[in-house]
Amino acid sequence: MVGLVLLAGACRQDMHDQPKYEPLEASKFFADRRASRPLVAGTVARGHLREDVHFYTGKSGDQDVTTFPFAVTREVIERGQGRYNVYCRPCHDPTGYGLGMVVRRGLRRPPSFHIDRLREAPVGHFYDVMTNGFGLMPDYAAQIPARDRWAIIAYIRVLQRSQYATIEDVPADKRAEVKK
Amino acid sequence: MAQIFHHSTNTFSKLSIFGAVFILALLLWLFGAFSRSSYATQAGVDREQPVPFSHAHHVGGIGIDCRYCHTSVETSAVAGIPPTKTCMNCHSQVWNSSPTLEPVRESFRSDRSIEWTRVHDLPDFAYFNHSIHLKKGMACEVCHGRVDKMPLMHQQASLQMEWCLDCHRNPEKYVRRREDVFKMGYEPPADQLAFGLHLVKEYKIQSRTSCSTCHR
Repeated sequence: MVGLVLLAGACRQDMHDQPKYEPLEASKFFADRRASRPLVAGTVARGHLREDVHFYTGKSGDQDVTTFPFAVTREVIERGQGRYNVYCRPCHDPTGYGLGMVVRRGLRRPPSFHIDRLREAPVGHFYDVMTNGFGLMPDYAAQIPARDRWAIIAYIRVLQRSQYATIEDVPADKRAEVKK
Repeated sequence: MAQIFHHSTNTFSKLSIFGAVFILALLLWLFGAFSRSSYATQAGVDREQPVPFSHAHHVGGIGIDCRYCHTSVETSAVAGIPPTKTCMNCHSQVWNSSPTLEPVRESFRSDRSIEWTRVHDLPDFAYFNHSIHLKKGMACEVCHGRVDKMPLMHQQASLQMEWCLDCHRNPEKYVRRREDVFKMGYEPPADQLAFGLHLVKEYKIQSRTSCSTCHR
């Protein structure tokens, strides 16, 4: 009886594990053992040519651009806030002073977003840092799509503004709440 | 002529006919119990990995969001295993001489993939897509459990069809607000069923139980 049960459990699993590759599976065929093949250098998928230099590089000539490549709406800022909290917060912390959890565990502290140099830096500078890295900061081009990088910059601008806000920035009817 | 079987054997034969029902039932039960056991499903069994990566440390301790590493979870069928570069974002500086992390540095230097042991492997005849589940308010935690408390990763659920169907029949039992899907240790509201039914309507969640939803 026990034998029967064991027999039932030991059926062949050909249907479970079919002779096809799943994403990122190991392969015995390719020399580097990767089933998901790296793109051949220079490959451009149809419709994905990066023609928009402003959008994809944040530069105009040699200069960092000073404008966003698309209109910054409330949705863009909220998207940026979400992405900031996923990818940036571990080091830059939720407020942008650069005291995130990873920094507290030994990573070198990044500069605060609230110093004059970064408050005055053009948006293209932030885009360039996220895309290509800067100093000890690695690039995030593989983790964050271009549009989200711009959205994060919009949110960094919000953070920067927030630290230098005055009571005049608060709508008159809400000032009493803030003062509490 | 003498009888071959003694009169008392009648009782045995009657008993065994009667008992056969129970024996069959027992066999069926044993089969069910075996195929649901963690021996068969591997649920709850920690997997050995080339590097003892701890979700408890990275998620629970440091508070890194799931998507920092599993970047494609919201946009594609697979959540994605991070490339070694993602590890090196921090570990080029933190613990950068730890012998435990040598396979990570070796992989980065040689551009060879670390071959992790897969934890969640659905059968190839079942279709699954992460992105749609997140979009409909199905949280990581519902299927993967308290990842932030797992030093080594294990599979929380049985991944059997009856387990999938439990939710596909009654999504209101588990659904959350979209803002909460990446939270660990979420406490469902006391009126989860009413709240869930409301979300099912709001997110237009359909109870998909046709065969071809998953076996396509």
